[in-house]
Order: sequence, then C-alpha cells, then structure tokens
Amino acid sequence: MEQLNSYLIVAAILFCLGLFAVITRRNGVAVLMGIELILNSANINFVAFARFGGMNFSGQVFALFVIIMAAAEAAVALAIIINLYQNFKSINVDEAQQLQR
Amino acid sequence: MGEAAFWFIVAVTLISALIVVSSRNLFYSAIALLFTFFGVAGLYIFLWADFLAGVQVLIYIGGILILILFGIMLTHKITSVDISHTSVQQGVGGIVVLLLFAALAWMIVRTPWLVAAAPEPPGTAGEIGKLLMTDYMLPFEVASVLLLGALLGAAVLSRKGN
Repeated sequence: MEQLNSYLIVAAILFCLGLFAVITRRNGVAVLMGIELILNSANINFVAFARFGGMNFSGQVFALFVIIMAAAEAAVALAIIINLYQNFKSINVDEAQQLQR
Repeated sequence: MGEAAFWFIVAVTLISALIVVSSRNLFYSAIALLFTFFGVAGLYIFLWADFLAGVQVLIYIGGILILILFGIMLTHKITSVDISHTSVQQGVGGIVVLLLFAALAWMIVRTPWLVAAAPEPPGTAGEIGKLLMTDYMLPFEVASVLLLGALLGAAVLSRKGN
C-alpha cells in the first residue's frame, strides 16, 4: 500500500484501458470516455509522485489543472459530437470522413 | 484494514474501467465510469490529496459524467434499443495495448525511483490555494480564460443550423 510502484502500475493499467477504448471504439462518446480514463491515470501519476517525492504540492496543483482542462475538453467534445449527430445522424467516428456535407 | 481498503478500491477502479471499455451498452459504460471516478477519488485520499478527491467527485462525477450522459441521451433515441455500440479491430488494438503495458510495467519496476519521506500534512486545500495565488498565478488566470473559451466554443458549435 505504501508503495509508489503499486500506484504507478494501477495508473498504467488505467492508461492502457483508456487507450484501448480510444483506438477500438466506434462511438464518439465511448472514445471520449477513454480519453477521460487516460487523463485520470495521468492524474494518479502526478499525485503519487507528489506524495512520495516528499509531499510536493506542485503535483497536486498540476492535477487540478488537468481536471480543469478535462472539463473544458469534455464540453467542446460533446458539442462536436452533437454537431456530428445533426449532420450524419450517427456518432460513429469512422463514418465521419468528410469535413463538409 | 487500510491495506484491504486500498486493494478493494484498486479492484473497483480497474474492474469498472474494464467494463467501461468492454461493455456493449453505452449506458453501462457511463455508469461503470461513475465507479471508476469514485475509485480514483479514493486513491487520491490514500495519496493524502483530500482536496483533489473532493474536486474529482465534484467536477468529474458532477460535471463531466453528467455531460457524457447528456451526450448519450441527445444522440440516441432513448426509447430504442439501438444504444449498443461496437468496436473495431479489437485484436490489433489489444496486442498494441498489451505490448505498451508490458513496456510501461517493465519501466516502472526497473526504475529506482527517488522516494523522499514526508509527514502527512494536516490539510491540502490551504497549501494548494497558496500555490495557486503565488507560483501558479499565470496558469490559474489562463485556465479561467480557457474555461470561458470552451464555454463559448461549445455554445457556438452545438447551436442548431449554424
């Protein structure tokens, strides 16, 4: 439990699962979920290094900025997905191949 | 006791993340994501980041997950059963991801990380607030501009008939 390695391994597993969702899912919302998993794993790494590196609060501040960025990214991504749905009647990202209808 | 709680939280996080990426029903994925976010918040508490755990619950579960649920409901007919989704090239993707994980795990285990002992702080919100108002003043202001830009951008993008 008091081991840096266990947190890093958990974060690595989360990162790989998120990457798997990003590269295999066809649904745009599911791809977004994968991106959220990746951001969470990065945050775990930041906070773990902050905790085991002598309790440096800069890591936690950086994780806070990552959370802010994730909120902005989710809002814009969902706006894009809704636009995609209005134009193509589908949110499968592999069917959206043209920039203009 | 603490050890068992830690491994329980890790198991909840990883199993629900596995459901997120493997479930065929988009709603099940979103609900499993809820448990993943809660598990990550629990890990933050184990890492002495209590303020960050609160922020995680507020923003990820209260904000981003609700946005994702809205996204699902606005792009699928809620009455239809066609809410399932498919995956492509799971074999190739799985191999790539497994190789990546092997490399990452090898790197994590082999590297002699520098670990410094530190006493547990009484609270983290005050320290984070001080850092935000001193060392990280500029990123803090830029983040507010970023949020404003994302707000306006999302509103303009999702407007009908633009």
